[in-house]
Amino acid sequence: MANDPIHQFQISKWIPIEVGGLDFSFTNSSAFMVATVVAAGAFLFLTTSSRGLVPGRLQSISEMSYEFVASMLRDSAGSHGMRFFPFVFSIFMFVLMANLLGLFPYFFTVTSHIIVTFALALLVIGTVVVYGFWKHGFGFLRLFVPQGVPGVVVPLVVLIEIVSFLSRPVSLSVRLFANMLAGHITLKVFAGFVTSMSALGAAGVAGAILPLIMTVAITGLEFLVAFMQAYVFAVLTCMYLNDAVHPGH
Amino acid sequence: MFVASAFAASAQDAAEATHSETGVASDGAHEAGFPPFDSSTFPSQILWLAITFGLFYLFLKRVVLPRIGGILEVRRDRIAQDLDQAARMKEEADEAVAAYEQELADARKKANVIGQEARDAAKAEADAERREIEKQLDAKLDEAEKRIASIKETAMKDVGTIAEDTAASIVQELVGGQLDKTAAKAAVKSVKQ
Repeated sequence: MANDPIHQFQISKWIPIEVGGLDFSFTNSSAFMVATVVAAGAFLFLTTSSRGLVPGRLQSISEMSYEFVASMLRDSAGSHGMRFFPFVFSIFMFVLMANLLGLFPYFFTVTSHIIVTFALALLVIGTVVVYGFWKHGFGFLRLFVPQGVPGVVVPLVVLIEIVSFLSRPVSLSVRLFANMLAGHITLKVFAGFVTSMSALGAAGVAGAILPLIMTVAITGLEFLVAFMQAYVFAVLTCMYLNDAVHPGH
Repeated sequence: MFVASAFAASAQDAAEATHSETGVASDGAHEAGFPPFDSSTFPSQILWLAITFGLFYLFLKRVVLPRIGGILEVRRDRIAQDLDQAARMKEEADEAVAAYEQELADARKKANVIGQEARDAAKAEADAERREIEKQLDAKLDEAEKRIASIKETAMKDVGTIAEDTAASIVQELVGGQLDKTAAKAAVKSVKQ
């Protein structure tokens, strides 16, 4: 096993494709995007195929994730926000499945690349901006003028609001990317300690127990992080969409 | 300058060594940098993300979510329907109980009425019978009194005759000789007066 903790994020071309000087190769990243989508889609599709009135365990998982996201969106954005339910649910399931798949050894983590999380974040913010202007016209700009602010500080507040709005895609994408990246590097480093210490003989094997325990513990933690980050991404998506639906707040 | 390029070369060597170790086929051109910040992979990642996520979104929106939503709705409807039915049955049961109690109360009232009527009828009959019997008894009493009076009268009438006969017999016994009937009669009459 390689001891380079960065190597796991390496992208390798499987099927080179180049169009107009840009590299659109089918890579390991692309393969795991496909795997993520197929795994999540197949799970949701197959577990609900019996349409049981009394759900089995797996059908319960699909129904729970449905109701989990639905209540999340309804709480944040109200019933008008429910038109975005397929979008939010897709994002939640995609990020969750990508994070979880990334925890398997030798698997590539799609969400550990900033461009992927940034693209998803831009998709969210783009949806907010497009829907906001389409629905409310220039009234959408009320988003940047909070109510009940004294007239003197309004320019300052508007400036702060605009900066905070523009930093949303950055914070949204960096949060997910950094969590995935840091978690996988930590895991790799501790697992690397185990192998390199074991190579030092009996004392090294005894000493390797501590990093081994850490590796196991961090693996558990990473499952939590995988779910938490998908949840946080989805919750923030819901809150941003709320701005598009109700900009006056 | 020299140091930097030497460092880059050694990093390249290390990376290559790592890859030959793991046996992962990789593109040699972009290995040196930090992979997530390697902008040459961005177009491919964005394209494939758009394709996969787009298909995923369509699949969920068209197939999966309507299905799960349908399942949940059917269940909700079914539960609501069952609750409705239970409520209706409870109502029916309550109605039945109320009707039963009403009937019971009616029956009790009716029974009271019937009992009262029977009592009244029996009392009336008994009264009538009693009156009848009393009348008969009165009649018999009158008759008896009449008879007693007539017997008494007859007896009183006979007393004179008996006294005359007795007087005549006494006289005959004491004196010896026939007493004149008229004399005896006169004598009795005088005694009687």
